[in-house]
Amino acid sequence: MTDEALESAKRGQRRNGDSFYRHRLPVRITHWINALCILFLLGSGLNIFNAHPRLYWGQYGADADRSLFSIEAVDRDGGTVGVTQIGPWHLNTTGFLGWSKHDGGHVARGWPDWLTIPSFQDLADARHWHFLFAWLLAFNGLAYLGWSLFSRHLQRDIVPTLADIHSIPRSLIDHVKLKHPTGQAAKRYNPLQRLAYLGVIVVISLMVATGLTMSPGFDAVCPWLLDLFGGRQSARSIHFISAFLIVLFVTVHLIEVVLAGPINEVRSMLTGRYVVPPEHRR
Amino acid sequence: MTSPAGITRRAAILAGFGGAGALIWNADKLTLSPSFSHVFRAVEDWTCTSQRMLLRPGQLAKEYSREDISPVFKPNGTFNPGGEEYDTHVAQGFANWRLKIDGLVQRPMSLSIAELRLLPSRTQITRHDCVEGWTAIGMWTGVQLGLLLKAAGLTSDARYAVFHCADNLDGEPAKGGEQSPGQYYESIDLVDAFHPQTLVAYDLNGKPLGVPNGAPLRLRVERQLGYKQAKYLRRIEIANSFRTIAGGYGGYWEDRGYEWYAGI
Repeated sequence: MTDEALESAKRGQRRNGDSFYRHRLPVRITHWINALCILFLLGSGLNIFNAHPRLYWGQYGADADRSLFSIEAVDRDGGTVGVTQIGPWHLNTTGFLGWSKHDGGHVARGWPDWLTIPSFQDLADARHWHFLFAWLLAFNGLAYLGWSLFSRHLQRDIVPTLADIHSIPRSLIDHVKLKHPTGQAAKRYNPLQRLAYLGVIVVISLMVATGLTMSPGFDAVCPWLLDLFGGRQSARSIHFISAFLIVLFVTVHLIEVVLAGPINEVRSMLTGRYVVPPEHRR
Repeated sequence: MTSPAGITRRAAILAGFGGAGALIWNADKLTLSPSFSHVFRAVEDWTCTSQRMLLRPGQLAKEYSREDISPVFKPNGTFNPGGEEYDTHVAQGFANWRLKIDGLVQRPMSLSIAELRLLPSRTQITRHDCVEGWTAIGMWTGVQLGLLLKAAGLTSDARYAVFHCADNLDGEPAKGGEQSPGQYYESIDLVDAFHPQTLVAYDLNGKPLGVPNGAPLRLRVERQLGYKQAKYLRRIEIANSFRTIAGGYGGYWEDRGYEWYAGI
């Protein structure tokens, strides 16, 4: 593609009826690879978490130290219950967290089998999946960021403009009213969309950085990472909180896809072509 | 869209999603499949290669201050090897415990704890990162392994230091059907063996190592995870390969599916 063609594709001038070319091939490919990576990383990550279902803050943290968050099976009144601790709060999460069904019986495990990869509890295997997809995520992410910077996709489409920042309140109201942009306005990412996409790029980068901070080998290469995150156990907690933010992003992202027209949205991420919703009469 | 290009693209999209779906659907089966384990091994090799590219051989793991030491240094795995022989050693205060260094060395050695304590020592406050996720910080004192290996004199075909331990962890089945004995062992290559922070440690936090933490001797390999830090050391065997030892993967946990390179 020449720069001119890129340019015209970018601005949606390659019209075909009322549809235009929204997502270029590198965006589409890296999007789906990323989605697969996130799925496997979340599933295997929860399995890894189950090996020691407690989080701490600081340089160290083990059973004798105070936990920020924990999921435990506790014997109570002759039965076993799942207890999830978040700071000072203790919640009974029997059947979901701490004590859940597996292979016909109940087992003590942090996250239940239907959420983890593999479904059975095995730290060694979960780590294998995690590192396989961590490498794929890293290469895919570098390809995406490299291309996005080079093609100025990041600067033009993702980073919010001043006007975007000013119209955040209005965009918020539109989202709450489930009003989606139409006509010309539907051809660009709206302010909240930009913030969400930029945010998830930052969170995934944080995920990679905190993941590396947990590696004793990588810490010898970059000891400053430990100072940046306030210790290995803080990095592990931030890794977990970031995973939660990614789940939040994916949830909102999927809801928006459904609300904005799932066929049109999914097709645009497969073929690039996006049908512009016609302008509303005011 | 013209049809040939359309069909090709459609086929590519369907193949991509079919493959991804099959991967997700069969994740459990693939986890246990011997052929897919080659993929995981390749990833492990790549992780090791890339970390070794970034790490200078003598680059140190972060050392902490006394304020950072964990109030309790969590023991894990074996808490007490037990058995008549080990119990006798405990009763004798390990006065008759000996560490053997043999295999591909010019001068095999057998050292008592008292002899090790007479050698130059190194003290370091480092982090112990368990593969499970927890961290404990402790102050270790011991003899640099490199010093012992230089004294023993490695032969030219030496490639690995294999650590044989006094504890037996029965009950955890080995993977892949092949049963590996429950005797704990570990191995590191010469890059880590000669690393300045790699110690045969006898003190933890200024006191002789307690039984739950590996008395009387424990290996410290500070740029790797906890399962590399073999406890209850009896013998260091210098070898060219660890394929013929126990399960063949270079360690008790390695025989049970964990990575030999435990830098991550």
